Amino acid sequence: MLEIKNLSVSLEGKNGTVEILRNIDLKLEDHLLYVFTGPNGGGKSTLAKAIMGIYKTTSGEILLNGQDISSLSITERALLGIGYAFQQPPRFKGLTVGKMMEIATGKNRTCEDCNFLYNVGLCPQDYIGREVDSSLSGGEVKRIEIATLLVRNLKVAIYDEPEAGIDLWSFNRLIETFNNLHEQYDTTIILISHQERIINLADEIILIADGTIKEKGKKDEVWPLIMQNATCSCRTSCDERVGENAQ
Amino acid sequence: MLNSIDKHILEIVADLHGTPKGAYNIRKNGAGVDRSITPNIEIRTKIDKPGIDVIVKPGTKGETVHIPVILTAEGLHDLVYNTFDIGEGADVTVIAGCGIHNPGEKNAQHDGVHDFIVRKGARMRYVEKHYGEGKGSGKRILNPRTIVVVEEDGYAEMELVQISGVDNTLRVTEVRVKDNAHLFVTERMLTDGDQFAESRITVELAGLDASTQVISRSVARDRSQQIFYPRVIGLNRCRGHVQCDAIIMDEARIRSIPEISAQHADSQLVHEAAIGKIAGEQMIKLMTLGLSEKEAEDTILEGFLK
Repeated sequence: MLEIKNLSVSLEGKNGTVEILRNIDLKLEDHLLYVFTGPNGGGKSTLAKAIMGIYKTTSGEILLNGQDISSLSITERALLGIGYAFQQPPRFKGLTVGKMMEIATGKNRTCEDCNFLYNVGLCPQDYIGREVDSSLSGGEVKRIEIATLLVRNLKVAIYDEPEAGIDLWSFNRLIETFNNLHEQYDTTIILISHQERIINLADEIILIADGTIKEKGKKDEVWPLIMQNATCSCRTSCDERVGENAQ
Repeated sequence: MLNSIDKHILEIVADLHGTPKGAYNIRKNGAGVDRSITPNIEIRTKIDKPGIDVIVKPGTKGETVHIPVILTAEGLHDLVYNTFDIGEGADVTVIAGCGIHNPGEKNAQHDGVHDFIVRKGARMRYVEKHYGEGKGSGKRILNPRTIVVVEEDGYAEMELVQISGVDNTLRVTEVRVKDNAHLFVTERMLTDGDQFAESRITVELAGLDASTQVISRSVARDRSQQIFYPRVIGLNRCRGHVQCDAIIMDEARIRSIPEISAQHADSQLVHEAAIGKIAGEQMIKLMTLGLSEKEAEDTILEGFLK
């Protein structure tokens, strides 16, 4: 179980310190699949990166099965079984897909690992020897990124907008993969997404906006609330699209 | 005849475990110590100056020539001239590593002048690895000069690697590429401490449809300095691509000065050059997979220089 208590994160911006997350309290159970959703800039990725240790928290605690991991490094958290698949994964000149998978598994790759590439719609024999550099498309890099998490036996797996840049065929395969993962393992799965088909997978939806958790609950409770506010994401009140027909 | 230090160096610079197969010439501390020839590959000692002539018969396929050089004495300045004649239609690999084990306070230096002619339709892969070690304060210096002519329909691939431990190097590579011939150069270099490295590569695309790709990847750590001058000159309808990538660390300094020069209206030449630190995102990504900061850095550098 992952517990987040009174967590706040501030980051340095051009205009000084900005508070991105405020007083987040959250309990995420084993074996459940959560979807973080909400408007762009609302704090979803920041929360994910704070869990991974990429962003330092300003206050609050993060507990993994009761152990306070707030002060642990990224590496230490990774070794405890937390994984984060980047929204925009970096590319590496000279590092092959096979090497990435080998690093992810922490042992020499086996054919079992190749199957994780199939699960994201990539043929291992075509990709194992290729470099994760600019010769791969955005969608390919993204799928490899997802595979580096699938291959690990994680307690908490966070996928940041896994559908971004992925073609329809691979998307169907991906949905199936998340479903299987959810059924077979105790991993707490967190998907950051705006996609209805991904939201449909959720045991619980967590709506994050303005740096706080606005709603948390089952799909049929939270989805109507999201749709209600979906027409306009302007935070200030305005006459909707008033300028468009103005003479 | 070869002691354990020699064998260790041969392993590093020439991937040799024991005596090589096929033709070879091993040079140690300024003199040839072992040689073998094959029916297709002849090796002769030069008469007018130190060095050897390696003659590969036309049509020779799949053979390898090893010509490693070992320096294990301080205060030695070894100058050698080697000439390679790769016969028409041959397809061979030449492995020419040089390793210095300098035990003392005086400098140890090897200056190799290599002259190649890759004849019509021949293919040659040339691998040159440079390495230095030794606890003494004497410098390990390597100044290779490589001159290559690739004749019509020929293909030359050159892999120039400086692994580590070379204090000072000036590498000069000059290649002339003729009609429909191709040259592929990859240079990889790692410097650290107070090392200095300068590499000058000049490729003349002289023939019709001559082409080249020059890729340089380097890492400079500590207070080391690197300078690159890759130049491609188009003298005909031709294609050339130069790509220089460097990772800079600590207090190192790197200058990269690629030049493309079109002397013909149908020359298509491109150059790219980039110097930068390891991207923070790359480090973070590998750390999220469980590597420590040091392991992540080593993995990135190892991949980059592979």
